[in-house]
Amino acid sequence: MNMTQLPIIKDVYGFLGPDLMACVTGLLLILMFVPLNSAFLVWVERKVAGHIQLRPGPMEVGPHGILQSLIDAVKLMCKEMITPDLADKYLFWIAPCTVVIPAIVCFVVIPFSPIMQVRELNVGILLIFAFSSISGLSILMGGWASNNKYSLIGAVRAVAQSIAYEIPLLLSTMSVIIMSNSLKMSEIVAAQSPVWNFVWQPVAAIIFIICTTAETNRAPFDLVEAESELVSGFHTEYTGMRDALFFMAEYTAMFIGSSMAVVLFFGGWYGPFFSGIFWFVLKAYLLVFVTVWIRWTFPRLRFDQLMNFAWKVLIPISLLNLLVTAIVIKVL
Amino acid sequence: MLTIKTIDDININERLYQLNLGPQHPSTHGVLHFLLTLDGEVVVKAEMLIGYTHRGHEKMAENRIYEQFYPNTARMDYLSGMIFNTGYCETVEKLCGIEVPKRAQYVRVITSELNRVASHLLGIMDFVMGIGAYTPFLYGWDDREQILDLLETISGSRLTYNYSRFGGVRVDVDQAFCDGARRFVDRLRGRFKLYKDLITDNIIFIKRTIGVGVISKDVALDYGVTGPTLRGSGVKYDVRKNEPYSSYQDFKFEIPTKEEGDCMARYLVRMAEMEQSLNIIEQALDNLPEGPVRADVPRFITPPAGDCYHSFESARGAVGYYIVSDGTRIPYRIKVRAPSFSNLFVMNKILPGHFVADLVAIFGSIDVTVPEIDR
Repeated sequence: MNMTQLPIIKDVYGFLGPDLMACVTGLLLILMFVPLNSAFLVWVERKVAGHIQLRPGPMEVGPHGILQSLIDAVKLMCKEMITPDLADKYLFWIAPCTVVIPAIVCFVVIPFSPIMQVRELNVGILLIFAFSSISGLSILMGGWASNNKYSLIGAVRAVAQSIAYEIPLLLSTMSVIIMSNSLKMSEIVAAQSPVWNFVWQPVAAIIFIICTTAETNRAPFDLVEAESELVSGFHTEYTGMRDALFFMAEYTAMFIGSSMAVVLFFGGWYGPFFSGIFWFVLKAYLLVFVTVWIRWTFPRLRFDQLMNFAWKVLIPISLLNLLVTAIVIKVL
Repeated sequence: MLTIKTIDDININERLYQLNLGPQHPSTHGVLHFLLTLDGEVVVKAEMLIGYTHRGHEKMAENRIYEQFYPNTARMDYLSGMIFNTGYCETVEKLCGIEVPKRAQYVRVITSELNRVASHLLGIMDFVMGIGAYTPFLYGWDDREQILDLLETISGSRLTYNYSRFGGVRVDVDQAFCDGARRFVDRLRGRFKLYKDLITDNIIFIKRTIGVGVISKDVALDYGVTGPTLRGSGVKYDVRKNEPYSSYQDFKFEIPTKEEGDCMARYLVRMAEMEQSLNIIEQALDNLPEGPVRADVPRFITPPAGDCYHSFESARGAVGYYIVSDGTRIPYRIKVRAPSFSNLFVMNKILPGHFVADLVAIFGSIDVTVPEIDR
């Protein structure tokens, strides 16, 4: 039976019109996808970490522990949400909400396949950068409101880090935008149909991946929550589902960062034999796997080294790369 | 490392704040409390507050007979329990003038060196974990696990051993143990390449350790630092070589030293020391003499009145036991010189000017066990 023949769907469809209907459906799908995706990624992280460290990882709940994250989520929902006495109650409450909402909004413009995109915007790339920067603010709020010195140090580190690494991130993206001559996600992908951008822009691609790793506070740039120094960094005082929301935001941001890299450098949905969405998701998860792999292999940088790396190495190289790209495009 | 003003130059209310790192903190393993005065993230002043795991072992010794103090010794430094255990027995033997059979001495050397390797593996991997790499930690523990399994077969316990006895050891080692020890020596020798690739040559690890937490030779000597920490500062002192005990003079081994005195130097000294320990184990296994493993000593010993000091090398440095006997079956006083104590407090001197992240690295590279300090 065709779903659109159901009376209720027909009514809603007639009321909203095709455009808005697609939008609402897309948003609902995103809201379902985000928690499931982060649950899956948590499982992937634990499983990959386990195998890297010569142990099986979660094995108990479901086949090879695949339901472990869902059970963990249930546990976290049952836990008490403690607010420290001297914390700023409202900021403490708002921070986990504001960290997860921008992460969800970013999904709106990601083109999983030529047709699977909730909303095509002229400035899709810009929207993602704008919203993902908000997470820095949320981390600062959470860290400040906790009234804990470890949280505060973590939060301050987060802000400095996200400012430093957003510049090379944007610069490396700029060189791709110059090439494809558009800020539309789908057009950037379409411009890569014979050859991926990675072939033309390997330096930008590597800088982009390094910077998204730093932006999402993943090792070796995980100074924001450096366990051996800052206990848990900015979310030391968070418990239960609030803590889980920070985690969800982190893993969602990781997936968005990988999706962005796929869109910008790895040919988006293009690939042989299978449908576009298969290739897109496969590439994104492969990049996620690489970041997980890096996390469980490398030690952590120190804060001054992190800053030096951004300002003295990444920014000059990405500027030079942008310049060369612009000149080459102009000459050709 | 930054050069910063002293605490008096800065208006305290304006710039500095205090941070309690510990006693419950992921990287102050055991329970150590750093009271840090920070300027941003730079340490201006560091105070170490100890005593959270004080159990009064030395006082306990005054209320029980010599034999009953065996188990306590391994619980002071739980990571080199075998060495502490053996050292205590050697001190009492020195006090009573008991001659230990050669085979027992060799067995003591083998078990002590295995214990030292286990402790160094844990110390190094914990240091690396403090820097932020989790995976090497589990690789090291995988190797350490082999030693624990091996020592469990002869002593019955995995961490707090109770194996040495006055005049020898509790039970003889069998062929299975010797084969297992040989297998372990081969295995660990093969793993050094892995550790070199994974840790020593890692660019982030190099950046985090070279030039960090430099302990100069003079400072090390002033503070009474011993063990790998001292040898990392370029002083060639090892009790096993300088004042041999328990047949250590029979074996050929080097004392690895490094001049730099930074975290990397201490790490490399520990790595080299593990290789030397493996050499000692191999030599001892090759030349293991036949004979009894325990001298003919009375069931309960009664040392003559007098006192005795004996020093030996644990994984962390020179340990000293000072026993005063009043001629009864109960010791009058037992004093332990814990190397971790001196090693830890050198951090007072070297920490100012380092980042909090460096504190974790330095603390890990000095490799302190807190229960040993507190006793």
